[in-house]
Amino acid sequence: MRGMLSVYNAQAVRISDCPTLSVEAFSEVLVREVPGRSRLVALLAAPWPDGSMHLLAVLAGLADDSLSLLAAPVGSQYSSLTPAVTQAHWFEREIAEVWGIQPLGHPWLKPIRFQASAAGNPGPAIGITDFFSMQGEEVHEVAVGPVHAGVIEPGHFRFQCHGETVHHLEISLGYQHRGVERALRSGPDRRTQHYIETLAGDTSIGHASAWCRAMEQLAGTRVSPRAMAIRGIAAELERLANHIGDLGALAGDVGYLPTLSFCGRIRGDALNMTALICGNRFGRGLLMPGGVAQDIDGELAHTLLGRLDALESDTRGAVELMFRAPSVLSRFEGVGTVSAAAARDIGLVGPAARASGLEIDVRQNFPYGIYRFAYIPVCTGAGGDCFARAHVRWMEVQRSIEFLREQLRQLPGGVLQQPMGNLPPDRLAVSLSEGWRGEIVHVAMTDSRGMYRLYKVIDPSFHNWFGLACALRNQQISDFPLCNKSFNLSYCGHDL
Amino acid sequence: MLDVLLTRLKQKHRTMAYPAGPSPELPPRFAGRPVIAAELCSEGCRECAAVCPTAAVQAVAGGVRLDMGRCLFCRACERSCSRQAIAFGKDHRLSAGRREDLIVGAERPAAAPARHALAERLFKRSFKLRQVSAGGCNACEADSNVLGTLAWDMGRFGIQFVASPRHADGLLITGPVTRNMLLALKKTYEAVPSPKVVIAVGACAVSGGCYAGHPEQCDGAAAVLPVDLFIPGCPPHPLTILDGLLRFIGRIPEAAAG
Repeated sequence: MRGMLSVYNAQAVRISDCPTLSVEAFSEVLVREVPGRSRLVALLAAPWPDGSMHLLAVLAGLADDSLSLLAAPVGSQYSSLTPAVTQAHWFEREIAEVWGIQPLGHPWLKPIRFQASAAGNPGPAIGITDFFSMQGEEVHEVAVGPVHAGVIEPGHFRFQCHGETVHHLEISLGYQHRGVERALRSGPDRRTQHYIETLAGDTSIGHASAWCRAMEQLAGTRVSPRAMAIRGIAAELERLANHIGDLGALAGDVGYLPTLSFCGRIRGDALNMTALICGNRFGRGLLMPGGVAQDIDGELAHTLLGRLDALESDTRGAVELMFRAPSVLSRFEGVGTVSAAAARDIGLVGPAARASGLEIDVRQNFPYGIYRFAYIPVCTGAGGDCFARAHVRWMEVQRSIEFLREQLRQLPGGVLQQPMGNLPPDRLAVSLSEGWRGEIVHVAMTDSRGMYRLYKVIDPSFHNWFGLACALRNQQISDFPLCNKSFNLSYCGHDL
Repeated sequence: MLDVLLTRLKQKHRTMAYPAGPSPELPPRFAGRPVIAAELCSEGCRECAAVCPTAAVQAVAGGVRLDMGRCLFCRACERSCSRQAIAFGKDHRLSAGRREDLIVGAERPAAAPARHALAERLFKRSFKLRQVSAGGCNACEADSNVLGTLAWDMGRFGIQFVASPRHADGLLITGPVTRNMLLALKKTYEAVPSPKVVIAVGACAVSGGCYAGHPEQCDGAAAVLPVDLFIPGCPPHPLTILDGLLRFIGRIPEAAAG
């Protein structure tokens, strides 16, 4: 894009090379670009080398799959982008909460995590905020959480209902906030990898992939094809495990127990394949800057291929059973619909976006690592409903299995680990990966000593929680569990 | 209907024989109970302690101590040691009833006791738990939840996660207990009828894990509530969790050397 710095996925640039405009001109560019021509991948506030704070925007061009950076110095307030750029909504709330920079005219400026600011000012007590409320006779409010009925992370949900119909759902999070981004800012150090792998513990590989590539690009290290392939195998196994688990859980939420039971077990089979590679079911410690910690030798590849065959046949039986059941389809179809236009406006990512017909997938749009050589087709749906979100997962499961089979049959050569040098000073890298929930964005910036000036994490859930709220509009409140599971978003990935 | 039955036949019977039969096979690279050979340590060496991200490993007179409650099982200490004085073994039995029993040194090579007399008397045949995630990353939650699937089927032992704390015999807590979950956790605990027990699952719930020391959290459940069973790991393998629960309520015998 003209006037912006075009980068490739994870490319390291000098912070000073990032074009800088006035906040007004910066806003004009964003209003012109988003959502028609670009998607707002990230909007953040960052301490600049000159000591001032800057707004930094990362845009993804929809037509040409470009990734562009633009910055603007900002004081204690600026004119909010959200009224014109819906995708900026959550980002501006975050910037206000963490950095105390006020977006004037923001329509819904409330805390998103109830956290202390970077300057140390304590936030409001959690759950104390100006909740949206609907007025009228027979209108009632249903409040759920933070502790829910299942084995699930905490969050607070407020439904504005008239009879059974939900007119509005407000999702208030922050219960899992444990100060990860704040702690990352003093790194990299011994804990950094553990912070990264537990940003969302069910997406350890997805987040580690974004982090490792940011580190490698900053340090100028190239990993071997073999290490790339092993990373890809781990990432697709993670996708398999979670998608299969979700398909089972979706069946459970409409009372179709056979698929729930089968998929719950098969999900474990996928996790156990990851454990065969590295000893841990969630892939902890497998990825490291410079490569991977463990190899897949011929014998292990053979074992994994055998297990993959069994997993495929079991999954096919369990999932096709569900999709053949009219009682399941009638509960999935037309429930929790997010139109393509709404998905584009609010900036949905991942399977939820693809289920609404948007062709966005980091593996295809901004290919990285092994995905530059091994192509995985993007799976899209059309309906944007619970059925589409389930079916996209099932298609992705099949594509991942094909990819895994191809990779395990012909693992490329190369060393497992390349040495890592120090990080150069005052650099910036924006690293994207496609986690099983969607686009993961890590923005790493170094200071004058080559330590992190800022390490910003955007889990796909950050974009998609608002999508879930939209999906509930005019739905029956009894369909909430099903809609929620069809998104299956991360609380800890959002709360950080 | 026929479809369902045919698929059921193909999916086979999958519930494991454990604990009556053999325990499920653990992967060759599994990191279980650490084994310390203090006699191999060289005097004054601090390598293992220096690389530990959570200060779980401490060099003491005559060797090292490893606090499994803080340990992330990342094996950094094992890799750092040129003399193989620390190694992670295959033993999945990590749980202990007392926090101090999670500390492994040369003097405690085998699993510590986890049996709880009251739990055995009251909950041996029916044990209902309310799970509370208080800052967990969803890995401990996932590997606790998996015990309800048909492969593990903890319902066989009368163990079940329930929706309401009013129906529960105790809490199973994951996460370091964030400040933002503190009130909700306390209220949930108060809502469980007495007598009740508390189980901390995972490094975070035991010690704060990799978030230990952060002002946003409380360094684990024991800082807030009386904990009756500690199950370490990051996350603990489902077998480690099930072993802990079964020993806690006296469904399987304690290890002989405990």
